[in-house]
Amino acid sequence: MSGEFNLLRFTAMLGKETRQILRDPSTLMIAFVLPMMLIFLFGYGVNLDTSRTRIGLSVQDQSEAAASLAVAFQSSRFFEVAEVADADALGKSLVAGHIRGFVVIPQDFGRMALRGGGTIQVVADGSSPNTASFVASYAEGVRQTWLASRPDAMGRVKGAALTPPISINSRLWFNPELASRFFLVPGAIAIVMTIIGSLLTALVIAREWERGTMEAIMATPLRRFELMATKVVPYFVLGLGSMTVCTLLAVFVFGVPFRGSPLALLAIASAFLVPALGQGLFISSATKNQFVASQVALLTAFLPSLMLSGFLFEISSMPRWVQAITYVVPSRYLIPSLQTVFLTGDDWGMFGRDIAVMLGFGALFFALAIGATRWRIA
Amino acid sequence: MADEVASATGIVKRFGATLALDDVGIEVRKGLMTGLVGPDGAGKTTLIRILAGLIDPDADEAMALGSAATKADHSRIGYMPQRFGLYEDLTVIENLRLYADLRGLDRETREENFAHLLEFTDLGRFQSRLAGKLSGGMKQKLGLACALVRQPDLLLLDEPGVGVDPVSRRELWQMVRELTGEGVGVLWSTAYLDEAEACDTVFLLSEGKMLHAGPPGDLLARVEGRVFRLPVPATERRTTLAHLLDRDDVADGTLQGEGVRLLMREAGPPEGVAGQAVPAKPRFEDGFIDVLGAKVSGTSGLAEAYRLIPASDTPAIEARGLTKRFGDFTAAQDISFAVQRGQIFGLLGPNGAGKSTTFKMLCGLLTPSSGAGSVAGFDLRHARADARQSLGYMAQKFSLYGDLSVKQNLDFFSGIYGLKGAARRAAIERVNAIFHLENYSSVNAGTLPLGFKQRLALACAVMHEPPVLFLDEPTSGVDPIVRREFWSHINGLVEKGVTVLVTTHFMDEAEYCDRIALIYRATQIATGTPDELKAQTGSETMEDAFIALIEAADRLREAA
Repeated sequence: MSGEFNLLRFTAMLGKETRQILRDPSTLMIAFVLPMMLIFLFGYGVNLDTSRTRIGLSVQDQSEAAASLAVAFQSSRFFEVAEVADADALGKSLVAGHIRGFVVIPQDFGRMALRGGGTIQVVADGSSPNTASFVASYAEGVRQTWLASRPDAMGRVKGAALTPPISINSRLWFNPELASRFFLVPGAIAIVMTIIGSLLTALVIAREWERGTMEAIMATPLRRFELMATKVVPYFVLGLGSMTVCTLLAVFVFGVPFRGSPLALLAIASAFLVPALGQGLFISSATKNQFVASQVALLTAFLPSLMLSGFLFEISSMPRWVQAITYVVPSRYLIPSLQTVFLTGDDWGMFGRDIAVMLGFGALFFALAIGATRWRIA
Repeated sequence: MADEVASATGIVKRFGATLALDDVGIEVRKGLMTGLVGPDGAGKTTLIRILAGLIDPDADEAMALGSAATKADHSRIGYMPQRFGLYEDLTVIENLRLYADLRGLDRETREENFAHLLEFTDLGRFQSRLAGKLSGGMKQKLGLACALVRQPDLLLLDEPGVGVDPVSRRELWQMVRELTGEGVGVLWSTAYLDEAEACDTVFLLSEGKMLHAGPPGDLLARVEGRVFRLPVPATERRTTLAHLLDRDDVADGTLQGEGVRLLMREAGPPEGVAGQAVPAKPRFEDGFIDVLGAKVSGTSGLAEAYRLIPASDTPAIEARGLTKRFGDFTAAQDISFAVQRGQIFGLLGPNGAGKSTTFKMLCGLLTPSSGAGSVAGFDLRHARADARQSLGYMAQKFSLYGDLSVKQNLDFFSGIYGLKGAARRAAIERVNAIFHLENYSSVNAGTLPLGFKQRLALACAVMHEPPVLFLDEPTSGVDPIVRREFWSHINGLVEKGVTVLVTTHFMDEAEYCDRIALIYRATQIATGTPDELKAQTGSETMEDAFIALIEAADRLREAA
């Protein structure tokens, strides 16, 4: 009898699987071309930073203060003053979408400014909330900066230095330029590994069913876990290979810093592939059809990785119940570690925790997959 | 029993509401060829999979090699599933190596076995070719080689002969026969009843029930002395058959060349017939029909209600040098024939020979690379829509909408053929009554029994009473009674002047055709009446004639 793991059968199936991967252009496309496309997309195409927003400016006051504030706006690196006109005309431009918002410096601004006051009006396009709040807060920022730079504010005698009671001196660590690609590109690696681990694995098993090869190998002494192992090992290697390509691209093409150690990256990525592959196996145990397998993998693995892992959207700003869901998305534990290893350096305390959670999920998925796979046709 | 390699008794298996196997028993013995015979949906595949340990039966247990089928030593069982189970992106030798390793064959015996199997299957030259690039017959042999890579004690073959050409089928049969000589117990499942005849012992399965178990001779003995051939002039054979089938003393009848083949209820020749009835050799199918006990009337309600197609001088279907190339691959080369009104013309050939391509060009579904054709007088190049309107098309596998009910399918097809209002209602009512579809009217077509699917497909194709019918493998997989009923309708329609173009791989069905074109490797290698083709090759049956013609064509190719 052949109840135990047999190395000959395992290596035979492993060789078969490897040949199939190498001969199937679509597998290699998913493993290498798709990651490159994603990295380029997130590196160049998707940019969550706002730079030089187009605004309008309406100066209704002739005072020196108004003029210098106007200059402050024009020289701001956050705004591009595209139009200088009266408020009505700017309103129309805003509606037409030529500008994102406008600033009105009102008639008595100079007088008020001398008394230490002076308000400006900021109008922004609320239909794109992100941009609107950006325009509002940065406009206020420009005004504050301008205010602080005027020695004669509050009517004091010139030359008497003014020290604000509290000053905030903020420094951004690790990503001083707040360049979004610095955290998007590591996130893309998570997406790519999800695709290889869950989608590809589920697909290749469904393919065996569709082509009728599954029933042929099931009728040989091959054991269920031998088959599962030959599906896991090659795609584990493929996942790591693809991760390496992504990392090299990220560092050498996009200049993303890599402050941690390759060993940490390898450990984190390997740990994540365990639940990803487990999920792929679990999906394949429930469906024998490539189309259904791909749909299920996209919905349960790819989309959560994209939306709920903290890769594109910050988890802390999600509604509470959505935050609760993110705890069962394995890539939620990958993204922070991955970003840390790229942008900060090794933090084994954090990595250890995340790795443990990911392996825990992996064990759960594998247990489910083994429980759900029956070594029978019907 | 000592020489028993697989057995089962009282097997029951349900899939949802359908009872696939109902109290079925089987026994496969060492050194014998055991046939598992029955139409599609009879439960053959389910039973084989149970013996292979791939399905758990609901009741009772199957045994293989002395232990429960699911726990049997699979290294000693060879199993070839219907689709051969080959990895198409691996080469011939890689497939063999994989299955050798999976069955735990040691390295030394391995090379020896490979050499033997490659010679046995004649695949030696193609060792490094990808399995996906092999022809159907070669795939089938490789599938067998993979199942045999470690000499098994039990060999389970699930419809190994389906869809491949008769030459490959015969070669495969001989190869497996050799194995039984070496002591292998073989279970060969098939829908071809002629294959059953050649088995040592046969299990006949129909709708999940075992109808017969024992040597095929037992079944033939039932009908001994009751089978006769009555010569009839070609022009009258269809009407004669219809009349004879309506007689109470006739149990079954088919066309055979210039004559009618009859199965009588009692021993003794038919009385009161013109011409001399001569005793004929009983066939397995006669026994099957006798066991089933049902009889099909010779009169077709469909034909009686059908309009009379007016006579015409021009051929109803004509192909003139039809050729279709896909890139540098020629799928059909210079196909030419003409079919007169009220005739049945058959296109015969193995899968992939070019039958369907020819068919699709004549339907206007494919544009010929060169050559011309016409249907009901309409030129395919200029009046495709008119040509299509005047033909009824029954596609392979009965292309119905499985998710629509019977009524919705009828509504839809009558609509696309342009039937409206009262005419549509009348047509639907008519086919409902003729094909007994009323009780199924709200059942989804996909869940109908195969025989009813076929009836519905025919109903959909003839509602608009076209002068020309195109039937692509119309009786594939259905049981002989349903086939009889189908041909009774077709024969009746032909008498009304309908012209029929049919493809089939049942050689005995070729006998229903007035003329036949044999298509092999994209070329038309022979054309003539069934009797002419048989005479030309000195063969007794269509199958033998077919094989002789193919072999002659192959010799010609090799000489060139």
